[in-house]
Amino acid sequence: MDWMQILAAGVLATIGPVTAGYALSAIGLNLQFGYAGLLNFGHVAFMLVGAYGTAMTVEFGGPLWLGLIVGIVAAVLLGLLLGIPTLRLRADYFAITSIAAAEVLRLVVRSSWSEPLTGGVFGLQGFGGAFHALNPFPTSELYGFGQFVVTGRALWVILVGWALVLLSTLLIARLIKSPWGRVLKAIREDEDATRSLGRNVFAYKLQALMIGGAIAGLAGILFALEQQSLHPDAFQPRITFILYVMVILGGAGSIGGAVLGAAVFNFLFFATDALMARLQANIDWIGAILSPAEAGLIKYVLVGVALMLLMVFRPQGLLRSRDEGRADAS
Amino acid sequence: MKVEPMRPELNIAHEPGVAKADPVLIIDGMRRAFGGLRAVDIDHLEFQRNTITSIIGPNGAGKTTLFNLLTGFDTPDHGQYSLDGELLIGVPAHQVAQRGMVRTFQLTKVLPRLTVLENLLVAAKTQPGATFRGAMLGGWQGAERQNEEQARDILQRFGLIAMANEYAGRLSGGQRKLLEMARALMVGPTVVMLDEPTAGVNPVLIQSLLEHVKGLRDSGMTVLFVEHDMDVVQSISDWVVVVAEGHVIAEGPPGVIARNPAVIEAYLGKHRGEDVA
Repeated sequence: MDWMQILAAGVLATIGPVTAGYALSAIGLNLQFGYAGLLNFGHVAFMLVGAYGTAMTVEFGGPLWLGLIVGIVAAVLLGLLLGIPTLRLRADYFAITSIAAAEVLRLVVRSSWSEPLTGGVFGLQGFGGAFHALNPFPTSELYGFGQFVVTGRALWVILVGWALVLLSTLLIARLIKSPWGRVLKAIREDEDATRSLGRNVFAYKLQALMIGGAIAGLAGILFALEQQSLHPDAFQPRITFILYVMVILGGAGSIGGAVLGAAVFNFLFFATDALMARLQANIDWIGAILSPAEAGLIKYVLVGVALMLLMVFRPQGLLRSRDEGRADAS
Repeated sequence: MKVEPMRPELNIAHEPGVAKADPVLIIDGMRRAFGGLRAVDIDHLEFQRNTITSIIGPNGAGKTTLFNLLTGFDTPDHGQYSLDGELLIGVPAHQVAQRGMVRTFQLTKVLPRLTVLENLLVAAKTQPGATFRGAMLGGWQGAERQNEEQARDILQRFGLIAMANEYAGRLSGGQRKLLEMARALMVGPTVVMLDEPTAGVNPVLIQSLLEHVKGLRDSGMTVLFVEHDMDVVQSISDWVVVVAEGHVIAEGPPGVIARNPAVIEAYLGKHRGEDVA
């Protein structure tokens, strides 16, 4: 058993573009859920419109920079369109509407009717050329040491991804530490009380939905550019719930929580995956009771157990203070 | 308990809908029904500026509904009301607050995961950083310092200054009532509406709470006050409005109201003293 390999699998996944993308999207969700208290169960839809906005623009001959703008604007508009009719509703109705809207959007994108625009079930490919052409690192060169190596192609996406994570975190920190952020937290605590103090609750919630949506749109764009291909079924509702796990794990309503949650989740996920694959291959009795495919599923069980333990011993998340957790309960 | 001396501007007739010398809030033909139930049905009602007016009545009389209607948390089926001569029908709740009429809630609504000080700062009237644009541009720290100073003054007055940096969720029931009242002051109101401020508060704290209510009036505000405890009503009200089944059935100074037969009937029932067959 090569423990180093297992560790490397976990670490590389944690610093990799997938974690950066999840972290970015989780930052957006944390603004909506952790600070404004919005139960947005359709967060993945913002990633979808961001990714498709960019990919379609490039596909139809637009330059990459225009694609980026279109993607982000599309995500902001989705927030506006979703928010105006639903944010006046009670929190649970908003949750239902948002998950429905996300599924409707995914099904429309994958329908044969929209195939000329979105590629339908076949998706879109090859729109990220301009992005990878900007890569200053030779694509096939390896960077790193020992087993901890990434290709030049991956390094480029990693750097861009984590730079976006950093910028978004700084943006959220600036907003949350301002009086605007305080009103957002007040809305999370009690909408009616905040309204009675002269704050336009609806406008704040709409702003939080749009800003969080824009950041999620950026995450969708990052995923699409990294993979150079886009497929509607990558935007299943479970992505939203994985993001919720990350946000709650790191500490909903703490500035670095979403990023830490994404990193811890992906480390556990990919390290247990590597661990199980090796246990299945190298230890006879495990190999006898589990097929390789079954061993691959064990990671979901182990990740679930690890998350349960974290929640039992740190229910307020990794980064939120215990005091705040207690104030919550009383 | 000591009864407040009569205020000269309230030397008026003791009848429902009577005109006041200097009304701050005027209600005209306000109706609100829930299905077949007429929760509020008021032809005319005025509230005298700079007084404490108690609104009393049996359970289900429509007191809280009236508060909700006046503060924009509910909309009347028809009728209108005005604050300082400005019509407020259809104005959303947050704008009612901005125009100077702030309420508290029967079930106290503190913001538990914000500190006591933050609870007050949320309500600060002047804060450019409270808009998204202002937060992005920055430069709101000056206003923040002023607001914080004001907030600490108010907390000092309400005896909550030692708790300023505690989470509001850690406060006792009585302290929460005080915090709600203190927070309302940050909005800079002309009318403060207190929905059962003494409910669930221990007797020792009730006295200090009532002193604060008088303090609001003495610093120039008008206080509307929904209350069940008749002792409390007697001791601090300048004027009492009695509501039953959505109607105003009597108004007058507290001493007179306590002897009003219509009020006794509303509270104790029509058939009081009759033989049970």
